[in-house]
Amino acid sequence: MTALFNMLIFPGFLFLAVFGLFGEYIDRKLYARLQNRVGPPWFQPLADLIKLAAKEDIVPEEANPSMFKAMPIFALTATVTASFYIPLWKTGALFSFNGDLIVTLYLLTIPTLTYFLGGWYSTSLYSKIGAIRSLTQLFAYEVPLLMVILAPALLANTWSLSEMALFYSIHPWYWLFNIIGFIISIIALLGKLEKVPFDIPEAETEIVAGTFTEYSGRLLALFRFSIDIEAIVGSALIAAVYLPFGLGLGGAAGFAIFVLKIVFIISILALSRTLFARLRIDQMVEFCWKYVSPFAFLQILINLILKGVLAR
Amino acid sequence: MRKVVIPIGPQHPALKEPESFSVTLSGERIMAFSARLGYNHRGIEKACEERTYVQDVYLIERICGICSHAHSTCFVQAVEEIAGLAVPERAQYIRTIIAELERIHSHLLWLGIAGHEVGFDTLLMYTWRDREVVMDVLAALTGNRVNYGINTIGGVRRNISPDQAKDILKAVDTLEERTKYYMKVATEERTLIERLAGVGTLSHEDAVNLGAVGPTARASGIDRDTRRDDPYAAYGKLSFKVITDNHNDVYGRTLVRCGELMESYNIIRQAIREMPDGPLAVKAPRRIPAGEAFSRYEAPRGEDVHYVKANGTEKPERVKVRAPTLANLQTVEKMLEDGQLADLPIVIAAIDPCFSCTDRSIVVREARKRSRNILKWEDLRSYSVEWYRNNRGLDFSKLNRKMAGRLL
Repeated sequence: MTALFNMLIFPGFLFLAVFGLFGEYIDRKLYARLQNRVGPPWFQPLADLIKLAAKEDIVPEEANPSMFKAMPIFALTATVTASFYIPLWKTGALFSFNGDLIVTLYLLTIPTLTYFLGGWYSTSLYSKIGAIRSLTQLFAYEVPLLMVILAPALLANTWSLSEMALFYSIHPWYWLFNIIGFIISIIALLGKLEKVPFDIPEAETEIVAGTFTEYSGRLLALFRFSIDIEAIVGSALIAAVYLPFGLGLGGAAGFAIFVLKIVFIISILALSRTLFARLRIDQMVEFCWKYVSPFAFLQILINLILKGVLAR
Repeated sequence: MRKVVIPIGPQHPALKEPESFSVTLSGERIMAFSARLGYNHRGIEKACEERTYVQDVYLIERICGICSHAHSTCFVQAVEEIAGLAVPERAQYIRTIIAELERIHSHLLWLGIAGHEVGFDTLLMYTWRDREVVMDVLAALTGNRVNYGINTIGGVRRNISPDQAKDILKAVDTLEERTKYYMKVATEERTLIERLAGVGTLSHEDAVNLGAVGPTARASGIDRDTRRDDPYAAYGKLSFKVITDNHNDVYGRTLVRCGELMESYNIIRQAIREMPDGPLAVKAPRRIPAGEAFSRYEAPRGEDVHYVKANGTEKPERVKVRAPTLANLQTVEKMLEDGQLADLPIVIAAIDPCFSCTDRSIVVREARKRSRNILKWEDLRSYSVEWYRNNRGLDFSKLNRKMAGRLL
């Protein structure tokens, strides 16, 4: 019963939903203020969601209806499931086992895969181009992300996120070694969430809405909702791995610190959205392989050496 | 990878006006590009023949929502030439000031659009915020934000008071400072330069051969500006530089437009300083004597050309408009050679297209057949099904049958 409560209400689905909408509000408001605009009121993300949910679902004649309808649900489920393995404001996550690090990363890859499949099965030209682009982009940012998440795990000598959190709360200053990883994971998160400068798969002026061109109504609402939640879960993962302070506090203080960390990461995302122009897909892939991946290697190398030095 | 043909337009987020482009893609690479005009044809030229000259001034002004002053000035210049009217000097200066203010608002608008097309919305929000400054000045001077209605045949309708002149100078100072900042952004922001430099290249020879005009031509090193080469209004008495650039790409076009903004501020300052006192307009006759005239004007987008033929009545016999976009549109295909899909919106936007200015109609008749074909509804349906099957590879025949069944 407690497990069900944890999964569905707190800190599971319902909490994530509310926090996801709050995160979208922070993102939009900050983006607007940075651009000298007023920005939306606090309830705007919820209002948008309700409005979309009330609209008609249109499935294209040529699309594969079952795949088309299933993809948004898959995206939402995968992101929410991923959150169960991430330590949020305590050192322990809801569930954990040795190897949940890989499972979490895998679950966070599924949304991108659903964008691809959803776009592919809607059979519209814009959707297909968007789908191919999101997959191309996945290969560019996923490898560095995996490497830099592995690096702190190497130092902690565990494959479990909860044990990693425990390790870093015992050695509070070790997070400083992982600064490169933090920056790279932010870049990868931008790619995952398809935000500027990596919003190539849904570049509005080129391919309308990319993958989501044919989506409408509840299905689109689910997709948007899952992106909101993915932003929170992705930020939570980064916070748990790279900003492991206050995890030992627990309770209200730990919760407040957790919220602050997420807002901080979302602010960085909003800032990058303000500062950069959208890259071309070739530039994005080149950037990731030429600059981001070597630095990810460097991070692994640093941590391997440190591990040897510190173990002595 | 299989080649796909994707439609950009007539309805597409990249385009602010309906126009249809067909792009053949192999992966992300553009293999072929074709443009199809005519979605905005409004029959303005014909309508001009049905109205008096004074009414035409207002109609012509509405050809374009951005360079409205360009079209109306170009038209009244032609009419004044036929009627042999000597426009008072003060009126010419006022026309120049409004023209330059219009260029400022048009170029700032373009800068924002360019930012938006490459996904840099911050630039859009900033430039459009600052564009409000010049829009407010225009509204204060003429009573309107876009269709100023300041021109009349033989002069202008409103004066610029010394107080208003002060307001203009103040606005120009603000805008100059902001423009300097945008030039800094355009020349220093890495991601923006990555998206602009080397994109949409148009060599000097191609620009000459395809007859490019305006900033598009000047960014390919063509030193041509109607304001200097064939001075009208007060431009002959003012000194200004013609901005050219040798980058040949979208980056160059951005620099040219930013440079022109700076020149516009200088021109406005000079014009306000040197503006003589005097009457605003001379009286124009109702009937314009028979004759014809050809008028050129350097609109923000390039050279605008009007031809007017008068037959001695109060209505013109023929009015012909050639908007700058028509001259520039041919260059887009050249610019997109070997391009990428992602560059398409910014390359189209870089000529600063204004399609509703451009659209004129031509009726094509088959020489041998006397009558024009009349299509029935069913013929039209099957024609469109055929067209999509042949040109876009989409089969709508099933849908068509279904729809037809539902309708009956």
